[in-house]
Amino acid sequence: MQKVYTEIRSIIGNVITVRAEGIRIGDLALVGDSYASVIKLDKDIVSLQVFAGAQGVSTTDPVRFLGRPMMVSFSKNLLGRIFDGTGVPRDRGPALKENMIPIGGPSFNPSKRILPNKMIRTGIPMIDVFNTLVESQKLPIFSISGEPYNALLARIAMQAEVDVIVLGGMGLKYDDYLTFRDTLEKGGAMSHTVMFIHTASDPIVECTLVPDLSLAVAEQFALEGKRVLVLLTDMTNFADAQKEMAITMEQVPSNRGYPGDLYSCLASRYEKAVDIDGAGSITILGVTTMPGDDVTHPVPDNTGYITEGQYYLKGGHIEPFGSLSRLKQNVNGKTRDDHRALMDGMIKLYAQYKESLEKKSMGFLMTEWDDKLLKYGELFESKLMDLSVNIPLEQALDLGWEILAECFEPNETGLKTSLIRERWPKQEALG
Amino acid sequence: MGTLTGRVTGVNGNLTKVSFQGSVRKNEVGYVIVDDKRLKGEVIRIANGEASMQIYEMSDGIKVGDPVEFTGELMSVELGPGLLTQVYDGLQNPLPDLAKQCGFFLERGVYLNPIPDRSWDFTPAVKVGDRVMAGDTIGTVPEGVFTHQIMVPFITKGEWTVKSIKEKGNYNVRDTVCVIGNDKGEEKALSMVFSHPIKQAVKCYDERLRPDEPLVTKIRCIDAFLPVAKGGTFCVPGPFGAGKTVLQHLEAKNSEADIVIVAACGERAGEVVEVLTEFPELEDPKTGRSLMERTIIICNTSSMPVAAREASCYTAVTLAEYYRQMGLDVLLLADSTSRWAQAMREMSGRLEEIPGEEAFPAYLESTIAAFYERAGKVRLKDGRNASITIGGTVSPAGGNFEEPVTQATLKVVGAFHGLSRERSDARKYPAIHPMDSWSKYEGVVDKARVEEARAILHRSNEVGQMMKVVGEEGTSSEDYIIYQKGELLDAVYLQQNSFDPIDAVCPPERQQIEFDRLYDALMTAYDLSDKKEIRAFFNQLRQEFLDWHATYFETPEFRAQEKKITDFYMTKAVK
Repeated sequence: MQKVYTEIRSIIGNVITVRAEGIRIGDLALVGDSYASVIKLDKDIVSLQVFAGAQGVSTTDPVRFLGRPMMVSFSKNLLGRIFDGTGVPRDRGPALKENMIPIGGPSFNPSKRILPNKMIRTGIPMIDVFNTLVESQKLPIFSISGEPYNALLARIAMQAEVDVIVLGGMGLKYDDYLTFRDTLEKGGAMSHTVMFIHTASDPIVECTLVPDLSLAVAEQFALEGKRVLVLLTDMTNFADAQKEMAITMEQVPSNRGYPGDLYSCLASRYEKAVDIDGAGSITILGVTTMPGDDVTHPVPDNTGYITEGQYYLKGGHIEPFGSLSRLKQNVNGKTRDDHRALMDGMIKLYAQYKESLEKKSMGFLMTEWDDKLLKYGELFESKLMDLSVNIPLEQALDLGWEILAECFEPNETGLKTSLIRERWPKQEALG
Repeated sequence: MGTLTGRVTGVNGNLTKVSFQGSVRKNEVGYVIVDDKRLKGEVIRIANGEASMQIYEMSDGIKVGDPVEFTGELMSVELGPGLLTQVYDGLQNPLPDLAKQCGFFLERGVYLNPIPDRSWDFTPAVKVGDRVMAGDTIGTVPEGVFTHQIMVPFITKGEWTVKSIKEKGNYNVRDTVCVIGNDKGEEKALSMVFSHPIKQAVKCYDERLRPDEPLVTKIRCIDAFLPVAKGGTFCVPGPFGAGKTVLQHLEAKNSEADIVIVAACGERAGEVVEVLTEFPELEDPKTGRSLMERTIIICNTSSMPVAAREASCYTAVTLAEYYRQMGLDVLLLADSTSRWAQAMREMSGRLEEIPGEEAFPAYLESTIAAFYERAGKVRLKDGRNASITIGGTVSPAGGNFEEPVTQATLKVVGAFHGLSRERSDARKYPAIHPMDSWSKYEGVVDKARVEEARAILHRSNEVGQMMKVVGEEGTSSEDYIIYQKGELLDAVYLQQNSFDPIDAVCPPERQQIEFDRLYDALMTAYDLSDKKEIRAFFNQLRQEFLDWHATYFETPEFRAQEKKITDFYMTKAVK
């Protein structure tokens, strides 16, 4: 039934061509024993992208067309399992074949979305208090190489109150992959986690499949009513893989070698984040490493236009200024009545601390007010900004008040009098 | 007429090559038939006897040899009563109806009727024997608060005679209400719906006029300093996070247009959801009805197929032209034209055209110019004036305005509202940069005095720069006062709190009074010398102005606060 073609006409990069008829674009094929997908048709010439790379492929290798697009199995059995970029198990468990679903499915109808309105608690004050993560938000962590972004992701995965976690690793260092696996296993989160891992040594094409696999699975869980958190690290590797493939296919590059459709490529993945009317949700937290700490680099730049804010990881902590959660207004009005005011007040004071710090480093005279700010800044950084701090939102807010009370008089904080009367820890100071 | 068919001979991304026999028009619509699905596409090139079609859907599953049906018609939209309040995708597919039929996802190959199937109270405007031409009104129906004109299709050529016309009564939108015939003996039956090709500008008017009337947006910074005119064009470039979309939503909510068309082109779906949830709850400032009743949303978000994104801007402007023909002022907001240009770039790449700067096609500039030129104020044949105002956001890569799309747009627009990262980081909203931006239109306040105020802003900025080097102590009191005046102007006039119910909406009458008072305060010479004193004085003055913003217009409190401000600054004025 399946016709085998044994005459490969060209092998360029990871793309081979073969003469065949009746082939559909997007279909899957086996070249030797490696998967490949049909990317171009021109009369009877079929171009195929070989997932495992075309290295070692011979012109007489058999090409078998499977007559279906790339698919992934979806069931409860996925939970706790680890797969590679083509959906093959990495964990010595059995391969899953039941209930195959296509990947990279159609876009969600905007009229069936609802306004995001539920907070995701992470236990990290810089997120919970200052830039709240919201269910169905898509948010990247902008970071330079060397920052502990994977450790941060692993912590969020462990602590976030969600039903299912899907981890998509792209170009991961092998030891980073092991760290993820061990952390999640130790923390007991593995039982509701699915991992699709492409490591740095795996074929480049597989890297581009990881987000689609992860999101296809996430979408099915969400339709079943689950709250799904998708972690993607690192999207810059994904973009670089797209670049590599585009260039070998002789596409005209647009900006620093990246293909012209980089924006659409990233957007079609990030836009899978959704709060479904009458079902679950998908929240996407990605990592975008910025080459040279340059936010105008095409990958972070395009990402910034797509996502709903960003966490800016620098110097081992989440920067309060570069970071922004665009959806925080949707939720932080109903957490606790002092949340918004305290958030704004503390950030304004922290900005003043930065100015004082600058003045100090330039050798200007320090006033009494400057000294107060310097004390405040140090406490703020060690008690709230440090990534190892792990406390629930309410406790973090209380801590915020304590820091304020330790450093300032009530009227110096710029907060509303009514709020101060209610929350100021040293009530005797109010008189 | 039998439909022409062809066969697929090649597929590359969403570009499909088709062999055919017979005649095929460039830009005609065709359908590729894959299994039981009909995928819509447009012929964009014919080379070597083969037509290249861009498919408006995901092209997965197409194979060589699949049949293609050509329709002989250009890519068109349907025009008729019932367009208002609708949410369409870039090809005018109604999204809520689609959700009813297909569920959560945008299933490909499903095309629904864009005009709701319902009846309207029709009142004829012509009688048998009348001579009519394209764009002439044959009758009217009430659509919300508007008198919706049923017109002779815009692509009709020559003069026609009315052969029959339905009496006043209730008819289905697709019933024949009028039959017209021409000298050659041809006859046409007209219903309330007709279609028009999206890439053909509607020209059924007498004359194009100069845009000389301000389109009030109730945003102080725009109306006074960087005005937009009815029939004008403006662009809003800015880096991500500077507030482009928020600003556009404010304009969509508060501007004094009759109809607002929001084209969400290649942006986040979440933002469309915000509009969809928010607008029905809000009140139209002009009519007091729900804001949605004057709004049409065209939404082709970033994850929807790219080819349809290119069409979505044209779909939006064609709908705008339709309502302009009824004598209305239409505001079209496109967010973002960069995504639209990127869609062109993707297509151009697949066609293997020679790339221009940053791989954008060479025809980028002329295409952008042609799009913005569809804006304009016109005098219709019946003597009424009507207009289309187009505002487009631009998302320049890296926030750098030197890139091709921003530059091509700046050449053709009448106003430039450049957003700055610095201002948005400092939470100064709207983050329009007051000095880099410009406008060629007349605003709501006297231009000469606005220029004087702007000059103070420039001087203040220079002093501010200088102070960074020499410090406060190295600045003279005169300069320091200028600096503080500029800061005052920025804080109390250019910045506006869109979350405050009163300050968010500033009507033009109020703007004039506030500007006059501020102008007077800025032009007054003050008898102040000590820096601390100067700072305290301006802090107090700023506070008084901000309190003034918090009072309701034309209440006793409003007048009392104005007097308080005047009294305050006059105490320090040089006698």
